[in-house]
Amino acid sequence: MEFFLGKFNYWVYIAMMMIGFYAMIAKHNLVKKIIGMNIFQTAIILFYVSIGTKKGGTIPILEGAGHHAVAPESINVAHYINPLPHVLMLTAIVVGVSVTGVALALIILIYKRYNTVEEDEILRQLS
Amino acid sequence: MNTVVSIKPLLAVLVSLVGAFFILFTSSKRQNLRESWTFIAAFIKFGIVLSMMPVILHGKVIKLTLLEIAPGLSLMFKVDFLGIIFGLVASGLWIVTSLYSIGYMRGLKEHAQNRYFFAFALCLSATMGIAFAGNLLTFYVFYEMLTISTYPLVTHNEDEEAVKAGRKYLTYTLSAGVLLLFAIAATYLYAGTLEFMPGGFLNGHNIPIGVLQFLLVAFLIGCGVKAGVMPFHAWLPSAMVAPTPVSALLHAVAVVKAGVFGCVRIIAYVFGPVVLKDIHMWLIVAYFVSFTIIVSSLFALASDNLKRRLAFSTISQLSYIILGAALLSKASLTGSILHIPNHAYMKITLFFCAGAIFVKTGKKNISELDGIGWQMPITMGAFTLVSFGMVGIPPLCGFISKWYLCLGTLQAREFFFLFVLLTSAVLNAAYFFPIVYAAFFRQPAGGRPAFNEASLPLVIPLSITAVMAVIFGIFPNFTFHFFDLARNAATTIIAGM
Amino acid sequence: MIHQAPILTIATLLLTAFWVPIIGMFKKESAYYIALAAIFIAFAAACGTLYSVLLHGPIHYHMGGWPPPWGIEFVIDYLNAGVLVLIALISFLTTISAKKSVEQEINRDKWPAFWSLYLLLIMSLMGMTETGDMFNMYVYLEVSSLTAYGLIAMGEDGALIASFNYVILGSVGASFYLLGVGYLYIVTGSLNMADLYRLMPGLYHSKVVFTAFAFFMVGIGIKMGLFPLHVWLPDAYTRAPSAISALIAPTMTKVSAYVLFRIILSVFHIQFSTMIIPAAKLLMWIAAVGIIYGSIMAIAQKDIKRMLAYSSISQIGYIVLGLALANRMGLIGGALHIFSHAFAKGCLFMVAMAIVYKTGIRNIDEFKDLNKKMPFTMAAFCVAALSMVGVPPTAGFFSKWYLVLGTISGRHWLMTAVILASSLLNAIYFFRIIEKTYFSSFLGGGGHGHHKTPTVVMTEAPAMMVIPILLMAVGILAVGLFNFQIIHHLLQFIVPGGLA
Repeated sequence: MEFFLGKFNYWVYIAMMMIGFYAMIAKHNLVKKIIGMNIFQTAIILFYVSIGTKKGGTIPILEGAGHHAVAPESINVAHYINPLPHVLMLTAIVVGVSVTGVALALIILIYKRYNTVEEDEILRQLS
Repeated sequence: MNTVVSIKPLLAVLVSLVGAFFILFTSSKRQNLRESWTFIAAFIKFGIVLSMMPVILHGKVIKLTLLEIAPGLSLMFKVDFLGIIFGLVASGLWIVTSLYSIGYMRGLKEHAQNRYFFAFALCLSATMGIAFAGNLLTFYVFYEMLTISTYPLVTHNEDEEAVKAGRKYLTYTLSAGVLLLFAIAATYLYAGTLEFMPGGFLNGHNIPIGVLQFLLVAFLIGCGVKAGVMPFHAWLPSAMVAPTPVSALLHAVAVVKAGVFGCVRIIAYVFGPVVLKDIHMWLIVAYFVSFTIIVSSLFALASDNLKRRLAFSTISQLSYIILGAALLSKASLTGSILHIPNHAYMKITLFFCAGAIFVKTGKKNISELDGIGWQMPITMGAFTLVSFGMVGIPPLCGFISKWYLCLGTLQAREFFFLFVLLTSAVLNAAYFFPIVYAAFFRQPAGGRPAFNEASLPLVIPLSITAVMAVIFGIFPNFTFHFFDLARNAATTIIAGM
Repeated sequence: MIHQAPILTIATLLLTAFWVPIIGMFKKESAYYIALAAIFIAFAAACGTLYSVLLHGPIHYHMGGWPPPWGIEFVIDYLNAGVLVLIALISFLTTISAKKSVEQEINRDKWPAFWSLYLLLIMSLMGMTETGDMFNMYVYLEVSSLTAYGLIAMGEDGALIASFNYVILGSVGASFYLLGVGYLYIVTGSLNMADLYRLMPGLYHSKVVFTAFAFFMVGIGIKMGLFPLHVWLPDAYTRAPSAISALIAPTMTKVSAYVLFRIILSVFHIQFSTMIIPAAKLLMWIAAVGIIYGSIMAIAQKDIKRMLAYSSISQIGYIVLGLALANRMGLIGGALHIFSHAFAKGCLFMVAMAIVYKTGIRNIDEFKDLNKKMPFTMAAFCVAALSMVGVPPTAGFFSKWYLVLGTISGRHWLMTAVILASSLLNAIYFFRIIEKTYFSSFLGGGGHGHHKTPTVVMTEAPAMMVIPILLMAVGILAVGLFNFQIIHHLLQFIVPGGLA
């Protein structure tokens, strides 16, 4: 039980990943595939966010650091959450949005060209 | 061993390589210019090779390390007794073959002559590389180059038959090449060197016997395919669809000789007598090629197409050379090495004759040759003379090499192989003499034809080679010192120095 | 100036990529020349980097002056300096050659956008090569994919769906890579490769590290088109504009292969994939199956671009096989094959581009007499084909030679057989083309070579297209003849100490 609860963030992200993965593979509608892809990417972003946080931690901003120096020994690192994974995810979100954008643009072009967004329909027209 | 560093072996390779590109970029309308390139390259090459001969004859070795290909391994030329013999044969016969090619190609108004002469020159470069290769890797580089550059020649006619023959040729030779590559790579890992040494370099590396046996088989199949050892010979008769000068080149000068030369290199300069006896393989190899000697002679008897008969004769004669090497006695090695030039001069004459007959009369089959000796007396005269040599009748050069081969069987105390050699001589007579008989003693249906010889560029080369075959029979050391070179090679191999 | 060279490669391309569409709004033709100039500067900077590395050893370039592990670091050592110059050189040659083809295949309105994406693609490939930071690598990986999606989609009919499939798979691949980075970060708290390399040995028995490794393999495997994750590759290469096939085929999968080298050799230790988990063994088998599968599929193709695409899958297998052998000769062979295959495949795709540009022919069966129409192009094709088959003295022979040595010294006899068999399979599909092109004048005519050659007028592609192709062919021979120099100065350093 502890194994499941203690790592529940992992289970959540894996479940989301699988849902996304399923949509990407099994769905024939291109838009649904994109949605699946988004779920997949979001799962990873959530995973990163979850590994950065800790119980009882606060945002890593030193109060008053700008006005008078804080003695290093008075800072307890354990009180702050790790900002780095969160910062990385800003980039990953941007990347994810761009990929979605490109994919949607492709779908629009595909729709203009083949008049459908169903994959099997398109493949039939191609062959 | 005295070593001389000289750039000559590289030049010998490069001359025809550069010449090939001159040929390729000469407009196909300017035939004379193109043919001059061929001749210039051929003569320069022969000159270079000939100028190396005296140095080698004095027991020195010419070495040239070009560039390192791999750690401890380089592209290296090394001219020794065996190499210079092959180099002399190939470069000397290139001149003759070029003259003949010109007559043949112009006589038939062939297409794609630029490509033809280009590939021909490339072939000769590769052959020089094989002859002067100082280690197995260099040998392999040129061996594969030869495979590829011969392909356009085999498929020259560009019809279904030629394309099929080309495919067959590539299938056999490339597969063999792959096997050879594997054997070379394994040898490198086991022995740490690939440099040819008289008497072999595999001795003293503590390589397990099983590995050595396996390597020998891989090596001999790798080279044996080009040498037409049965059962890997099928490409050779098919490749007869190529123009006759190509067949002559394939058979007498470059490709099959490269295969045989490779076999000798492997037996005598990689493994060496000591190792071969230790791993109990020499007799197996000898029995294996004896089978080829006899069976291909029987095939030759059965074929009516003249070029095909000659092809099977080649297969049989090449196995003499391998047999001689495998017997590992001094006399047999001498005979075997001497048979390389001797067979080259004889077989190229026979092919030239077959080509001359085809250009003049369009006849390809032996059954059509009744009385042709009266129409083309010079051609058929040369043919007759040389067929005596093939059988081994003195004073032609075939006699000397066969004599030494027979002596070798006695030295090795393997009398079975003496029997094989003699049987084969009888079979040779059985498939050559009927041709001669038909040409001179049988009346064709329309009466005895009038004198109508082939054009001079065809007749001159075949006369030259036929005369050479006689001269080498009477003076084995004539100009090129083939005999001394072969004997010295055998001595160094046996002495292992 | 020379110590800024590493960043100059990327910065030039990045900045120019933004200017190209803006200037292109006023004058569409100018886009190409600006792009070409930028690529040339990047090429020069790459050469400068290589020069500096050869002279002074590896370069550590700290982005913005922030030292690692906080800042992003570019690390250029011997291997990636070589790869960097390789990428720059091949993209430069391809760019020169591609002008006419792009003008023919791409709508004039899209030229600025095309060249802008083109620059970004090359930039990201160079970034992947230079970076020493795992997350930075992810960003470049995604930039390269995004630009490739766009460029592939500009191709012929069917390119849209090919590109879409690539988007789906490519994102999965990148996501897996990202997950791998996350897992490593959890256990080490670092993203810097050198830092990870230092921290890793103590963590080898952590399951998190295993998982991260597996995620990396899948992620990079998709990107490099490793069997069985290759499904996007044949369609993408076939449908993309010819110029783009010629750019991505030699560079993109090779850079991904380089990344695989980096991850296995200098993030994880090689012992990790040989001793602790049987990853090397598994990779070896995957590679072997991929080599044979790619070759057999290539034999079955009629479209030259699709054939070359399948051949790429097979060749990627060679590189991975070399890596998976995990011995000195294998690693060198695999790394050398990155170079030899980049030149050969680049040359082949450029030839395909020239043929499509000049004649529109894609079907191999229609190649008859092409040698008379385009003699120089086909001559280059022959050289590249021989390299693919592995005939000396071309580059392909030497990488094959080292790979064979690697398999033998590791006693993997079956792998030896796979490499050798595959070179014969390569011979089948390349000689089929050569035979069709050069030796079929009288096929079906029943002649015996006596007729006059049917007169075919020579219509060679423009010099601007042919000269780079010929230079690529020369490159193949040069890599072959000077392979020892490449190995001695660049590649031998990838072999970890203590490896036989």
